[in-house]
Amino acid sequence: MTAPLLRLRSVYRTYRTDGLAVTAVRDVSFDIQSGEALAVMGPSGSGKSTLMNMIGLLDLPTEGSIYLQGANMADVTEDRRSQLRARSIGFVFQSYNLLARHNAIENVALPLVYCGVGRKERTLRAERSLESVGMLHRARHFPRQLSGGEQQRIAIARALIAAPLIVLADEPTGALDSRTGAEIVTLLCSLNATGQTVVLITHDAGVAAQCRRTIRLHDGQVVSDERQIPALRNRAVAL
Amino acid sequence: MTVLQSLQIALHALRLNPLRSFLTILGIVIGVASIVTVFAIGAGAQVRLQEQIRSIGANVLMITPGAIHKGGIRLKEGTKLTMTESDVQAVLEQIPEVQAAAGSIAGTAQVIHENKNWNTTINGTTTAHFTVRDWQLASGRFFSSNEEAGAGKVVILGSTVAQELFAPGDDPIGAQIRIMNVPLEVVGVLDHKGPAQDDVVFVPLTTAKLRFLGSTSGINRDSIAYILAKAGSDDQLTGAKAEIEGLLRQRHRIVSGQEDDFKVQDPAAAMEAQQGAVRTVALLLVAIASVSLLVGGISIMNVMIVSVTERTREIGIRRAIGGRMRDIRLQFLCEALVLCLIGGTIGIVGGITLSMTVARMAGWITVINPEAIALAVAFSVGIGLVFGFYPAHKASKLSPIEALKTE
Repeated sequence: MTAPLLRLRSVYRTYRTDGLAVTAVRDVSFDIQSGEALAVMGPSGSGKSTLMNMIGLLDLPTEGSIYLQGANMADVTEDRRSQLRARSIGFVFQSYNLLARHNAIENVALPLVYCGVGRKERTLRAERSLESVGMLHRARHFPRQLSGGEQQRIAIARALIAAPLIVLADEPTGALDSRTGAEIVTLLCSLNATGQTVVLITHDAGVAAQCRRTIRLHDGQVVSDERQIPALRNRAVAL
Repeated sequence: MTVLQSLQIALHALRLNPLRSFLTILGIVIGVASIVTVFAIGAGAQVRLQEQIRSIGANVLMITPGAIHKGGIRLKEGTKLTMTESDVQAVLEQIPEVQAAAGSIAGTAQVIHENKNWNTTINGTTTAHFTVRDWQLASGRFFSSNEEAGAGKVVILGSTVAQELFAPGDDPIGAQIRIMNVPLEVVGVLDHKGPAQDDVVFVPLTTAKLRFLGSTSGINRDSIAYILAKAGSDDQLTGAKAEIEGLLRQRHRIVSGQEDDFKVQDPAAAMEAQQGAVRTVALLLVAIASVSLLVGGISIMNVMIVSVTERTREIGIRRAIGGRMRDIRLQFLCEALVLCLIGGTIGIVGGITLSMTVARMAGWITVINPEAIALAVAFSVGIGLVFGFYPAHKASKLSPIEALKTE
């Protein structure tokens, strides 16, 4: 059997502030298979963000291991992890995190700059990516000229541009009204339908319900890992 | 990420804040402009000095009347020129090292040819003057012995004067010019010797005394303003100098302990000393300009630190989507570098403009040499790298997680 896309094994993450040790994530183990749609749920302070930082290769566990396609992330250099972030992880943030001084297409193309892709190809691929989220007509707009929903779509286009292994969305609907939020979730689900692995971090049960698999965190520990039966999910959508 | 891409990002970032970018580079602009100007003026001064040394001629000693302005009573005495034509003869005949010697008197007057006129130096001398200074004719001839003896109404023009009085293609030889209402025939035009030297006309010493300068300055018939003497070679100069001093003391009846009423100078040595002084002043100015560059560098560092703080979130985003630490460092280093290069470029243009203005207004020679430009560019780049490194390093060391949390 091939290694899972991402494997977490007994992951702990402890912060030390003013001599006080706080364990944000304790003994978390699970696998993410290619093509999955996974929601990580939990109340605030449950360690969701800490877990996301580690899945997104921004952070390393203090104990335990994270394997991306079988490679232990503790064994690769910070530079290599940066490159992996550029090529393998597509971040979608709650507050969009677009660069205010660059227009939409420049923002979308940015990860490719760090992949060493030439300008022409960057523009071409950025256009394609913008098209896939229905935002091509906003290519020359700056973030401040766009609505929240539009900005989040641009951010998703940016996350997709390098054809990442995982799209990692941290509360992508948190700053949006419910209708726009639903549109964004629908967009992410449609990506998953084409085979894109999506990891969604949320505290919204309605959003989590759109994913086939939900992991619940509490006090830094996994309290449940449920998979919906596809038939059941279809019925839920039908309702 | 390549350097080119970093430069593009840097230019993009700097364009967004043009006023701040401009104010930041002002120190560099002023520093580089000062350096370029100082170098241009310094190089110009050296060129001028070298030209003067060359124009005097090789192995030349200049004998001038001694300090004439020392103390009340002797001031009156000093106004009388102490050198005479017989001194010239004596120097030439009695000192074996001296190959040629010429006495001169000089003044300024208007020279007129037809409808053109020009104010220039009138130098009354003998043909030996040109031998001493290794000065060749461009056309015509030197004074004949008859003309020298009989105060002939002839004149030899320096090339500048020939240019000012005669249209191009117009042969000055044989033409009549007037100086203080005395008509003179042009018998020769001299070669170029340098801008400061070519603006002169020569007449025979006798002519100058009889017709122009003698009558105005009230000096005695035999006296002259200075003597130029040429030694056979460079190593004879010192010996010749001492011998001339001895001879003139004897001739002027100066007893030991009494002060000389003349001075024997080696102009080339004096000018070389002056050149050293010019170099010292130039170095001092460069040091001051360097302080401006240093301040400019510090202001760039300051603004870059502020910029890094302001753009912490941007740095976080860039790190999250795949920017390596070195990419971030390169980006900010490039920004500092671009600032310095723009400042340097403006400074170079400003410096060239300034030195040209100085050249025009003060009449100095300024020389813009490529080395000075290269130095200015190297300085700008160096400052960009040195003062840009710390902020860039700081930016690259930011934790992406922390950076993403900032507002």
